[in-house]
Formats: sequence, structure tokens, C-alpha cells
Amino acid sequence: MIERIGRRTVDAIKAVGRFGQFMRDVAQAVPDIGVWGRLTLVQLRRVGVDSLPVALFIAAFTGVVLALQASYTFRNTVPLYFVGTLVGKTMMLELGPVLAGLALAGRVGASMAAELGTMRVTEQVDALETLAYDPNSFLVLPRVFAGTLMFPVIVALAIVTGIVTGWLASLALLDLSTQEFLKGLKLFYRFKDTWFGLFKSATFGFTITLVGCVVGLRTRGGAEGVGVSTTRAVVYSAVLLLVLDAFWALVLLR
Amino acid sequence: MIQFQDVHKSFGAKPVLMGFTLAVPDGETMVIIGYSGTGKSVALKHVVGLLQPDAGDVIVDGRAVSTLERDALTALRREIGFVFQFAALFDSMSVFDNLALGLRRRDLTDDEIGERVREALALVDLTGTEDTFPAELSGGMRKRVGIARAIALRPRYILYDEPTTGLDPVTSAVIDQLMVRTREHLGVTGVVVTHDMRSAYTVGDRIAMLYEGKVRQVGTVAEIQETEDPVVRQFIEGRPA
Repeated sequence: MIERIGRRTVDAIKAVGRFGQFMRDVAQAVPDIGVWGRLTLVQLRRVGVDSLPVALFIAAFTGVVLALQASYTFRNTVPLYFVGTLVGKTMMLELGPVLAGLALAGRVGASMAAELGTMRVTEQVDALETLAYDPNSFLVLPRVFAGTLMFPVIVALAIVTGIVTGWLASLALLDLSTQEFLKGLKLFYRFKDTWFGLFKSATFGFTITLVGCVVGLRTRGGAEGVGVSTTRAVVYSAVLLLVLDAFWALVLLR
Repeated sequence: MIQFQDVHKSFGAKPVLMGFTLAVPDGETMVIIGYSGTGKSVALKHVVGLLQPDAGDVIVDGRAVSTLERDALTALRREIGFVFQFAALFDSMSVFDNLALGLRRRDLTDDEIGERVREALALVDLTGTEDTFPAELSGGMRKRVGIARAIALRPRYILYDEPTTGLDPVTSAVIDQLMVRTREHLGVTGVVVTHDMRSAYTVGDRIAMLYEGKVRQVGTVAEIQETEDPVVRQFIEGRPA
């Protein structure tokens, strides 16, 4: 028992050490802008444009559900224009960034882990190195930069979509006018609501893409190893995203 | 010159190389033979710093590979072409881009890169395949593209990891001829890892047998063919134990 705990502790310390070493190697690759600059543009399109439909789809339905649930909760107790407040605040502060983040952890994180994992087990990563490329500049930095830059854009559009569908649901399904919805939306709005959600989503983008790359590049074995890495990337990303969500709330909203 | 100096390497509790020592002089093609899983590819990967030795080192032109900093290691890799066992072509790139990728790290114009790519493809008899993707190629063609990718760099050294494994005898012979032609055209120093004896006899100037983590015997093709060492004899004759 004690031996097992000891072994696990040593393994955990080793994992932290390896991650530190990985981050140092990634930092050393940053001056190699000639390599990662061009590739980042490709990744911006892949992470951004290709991920947009799923993020907007989720946000659209979330907006509708939020409006209906708010109306159900507030009816006969709170003025109904508070539906606008709840939809806006919730989409901006929490559900926009977190739901889009979780969806993209599955889509972007998994796809990066699978792609890099396949490259690892088929020796394509080794081949890159023998061609005098640093895999961190060629593979990791473009993905991490693209994730960090594009996630706030995707989340901003998701928030707008959620608010718009919440407003449309209020008009069509509730006894609420546009003026009332906007009154509620503006009621407790602070600029911090906007930057908090977007800043948070940038950190989600950084984390999800970094995890996808780290896990992908650590892949061992064949197809089974790629499968394990893909699952692992999604699970780690989702867990870290929720931890990060709580962390930022604790640090920035108190 | 490439020198393996008392290289030790283990994976977990399993020792693979246990004092591997071998020198490959300039201009020579050295073939490393041995049973599957004895560490031939592991030895090869130490030359380009893809693996780090637990002890000992690989010295390339006086540079100890494991001690090189990032930039020095990159500079060393520019002098070495590596042909991978399963070619390791980039799936998402055309044949042209697979060959051009390494060249883009050098001070070459687009015209010069195009010229080098076409020249390398001609050398492996694959002219006209520039726009095809690896998935559209046969196993033998993929290996030839892998070789073309290495020779397009005009390296001083080429390392071949099991170049004929998994190929039919005729395609294997084509690859062997290609390796010989590459040495004759470019005058490169080569290290070939294989367990295909016909290939070893065709391309090698000298042959070294790796056995239990060390060199069991090293000698010219004729010396190996006439060896009286029972382990080497058994391997080259392909006799079961």
C-alpha cells in the first residue's frame, strides 16, 4: 500500500517535471516565427471556421431554454423583463464560454490529439525532427495560438447567438416585448461581463489545444494508443476547463 | 565519420543496447544486421538525437550528439537524411511538399526547391508524381519517396531504417539498386539497418551484427559470408535455433 502510494507520488512528480520540460521546449520554439506564423493561419481557419457551427448550434438552443426557464422561475414573483437579464448574464458569464468550451474540447482537443497521435505512431513527428523542424514550432505553437485567439471569437458569436435566440423565444413564446427584453438585458450589465467571458474563453482555448497537443505527442503504440490519447485529451480538457472556470470565478468575480 | 561509443540504452527495465560500439568512416555504407527487436533502429535514432543514450554517445564528425544544444542539433540534422521503415511521409501533403519541406529550411529559392525535388524524384524513377498524395502510392513507391526526401537534401549521411521490410523481392531489389545508385551519385556515407541479407550483401561495404546489445562481429561482406561465428552464421543462413 505504502509502496503503491510512493510510486504514484513519484509518477506524479515525474509527470509535472515532464510537463515543465515540455513548456520550456515550447517557449524555446517561440522565436521560430518563420515556421509557426504561416501555419497558425491554417489552424485559425481549422479551429475557428470549422468549429463555429457546433458552437452556434449549442448556443442557439441554450438561449431558448434559458429564456423559457427564466420565465418559468420568475412568473408571478419577479418582473418578466428579468428574463433578458438572466439570458444575457448567464450567456456572457458562464454558459457561452463553458458550453462552447466543452463542445470544442470534444471537437478541437480530440481532433488534435488524434492527428498528432497518429503522426507520432507513424514516425511523422520523428521525420519532422530529422528534417530540422522543431515539432513544437511546427505542430504545437500554431495550434495553441490559434486556439487562444479563436476561442474568444467563437464564444463572442455564441453569446450573441444565445442572446438573440433568447430574445426571439421571449417574443414568440412569452409575453415579452423587445423593449422589455432589452431593458432586462441592460439592467445589471457591466463591461466586465463581456471581457470576463472572453478572457475566460481565451484561457479555455489555450488549455484545450495545449492538452490536445501534449497528449497527442505522448501517444505510444498503434491505433489503440491513438484511441486512448483521443479519449484522454477530451477528459483532461473537460476537467481542466471546469477547474479553470471555478478558478477565474474565484479570482475575478469576488 | 559516425562513431557509436559504448552506447547503452534501456526502455524501462529492458536493456536494448549494452555497450554498442561501431565506427562508420566517411564514404562507406555500413549495414547493421540483427534479429528483430535487438535495437538496430534504436541505435540509428541515436545518430540524429531522436533518442538519448543512457550512457556512452554517438559522435558525428567530432560532435557528441547527446550534448548538442537545440541549434547545434538542428545544424547536425541538416547534414543527415533519414529514411524511415514505413517512409513516414506526411499524409496531408503532396509528394512535392513532402520533399520540399526539408528544403524550405535552407536558403533556397522556390525555383531551386522545385529543381531539387524533380531531380530527386527522377533519381528514384518517380517523375510525375509530384501532385499525388501518400495514400495514393503503393508501399514500394512510398519507400522510394522516402528515399527521395532524404536525398533531395543532399546530405553527407543517409540512415536507412529497414528500407526493404515488407516489400516483395523485386521491389526490394529496386530499393537496393536505388541505395547503391544514391551512394554512387552523391558519395554519401550510409548506415543501413536491415535483417534482409540479400539487401545487406548488395548495398553494404561492411556489415556489423548487433546481438544482445553489442556488436557481435563486423567485417566486409566476404568476411561475414565466410564467418565461423555460430551466432552470425545462424543468422545469415536463416537457420532456426
